Amino acid sequence: MAVPKRKTTPNKRNMRRANHDKVTPVQLVPCDHCSAPTLPHRACSSCGHYKGRKVVSQKVDAASES
Amino acid sequence: MRHKKAGRQFGRDTSSRRAMLRNLAANLITHERIETTDAKAKELRRVAERLISKAKRLGKVAYTPQGELSAGDKAKRLHAERLVAAFIPRFGVDSSGDKVDIVDKVMTNLTKRFESRPGGYTRIIKLGPRRGDGAPLAMIEFVDAPAVVDKVRAAPPAEPAAEAAPAAEASAAEAPAAETAPAADAPAEEQK
Ligand SMILES: [Zn+2]
Repeated sequence: MAVPKRKTTPNKRNMRRANHDKVTPVQLVPCDHCSAPTLPHRACSSCGHYKGRKVVSQKVDAASES
Repeated sequence: MRHKKAGRQFGRDTSSRRAMLRNLAANLITHERIETTDAKAKELRRVAERLISKAKRLGKVAYTPQGELSAGDKAKRLHAERLVAAFIPRFGVDSSGDKVDIVDKVMTNLTKRFESRPGGYTRIIKLGPRRGDGAPLAMIEFVDAPAVVDKVRAAPPAEPAAEAAPAAEASAAEAPAAETAPAADAPAEEQK
């Protein structure tokens, strides 16, 4: 059975992990409506808008209604 | 291999999957817009649009009042209606508590609304992960559904009640004056 002759050096191991095993940070984009950071291609979680229209109904106080 | 086997299984047997899609379709038709997971929304799109297409194949016959139809057209319409009714429940209850004839809505309302639209009757918008299990949620709606409106909470009654309590504790003779005084104070306090 084929078996590794040498222990992988930390450098070799890290070089391997540096590319396809890396974790990419969550990519956020500013909401068009309220500028809050939002996941791309998702309705904004803070104002409920997507592509210039309201898509999620939110609870609003009568006084603070704009 | 699952080559050319389209559609999601949802880890369910056929009967459970069919029941789920039947309920989702019924809710989409009664409410015009529902929230569910991305995957369920995408599967529901196939199901719901096929129901509408079945009804739409009749053309004008689908929504013409029964009295104005020829005997042949009545038969065609009855057949299409039975195809639709075979998949979805007959009645639903909308958000205002009114009973909705779901099959009739597909036949007479949706066919007319989507008359000039060659498919693509629904829209899916992703909403992000669900709190709890992180499942990606989506909103699915008919493309011409009424606009989303915020639920406006009535002005909180807690504040006047809190003002009224100390006023009541004060002497009864002072009550008429006390009632007007805190009311005048209240807006000023909010602004601070
Ligand atoms: Zn926003």
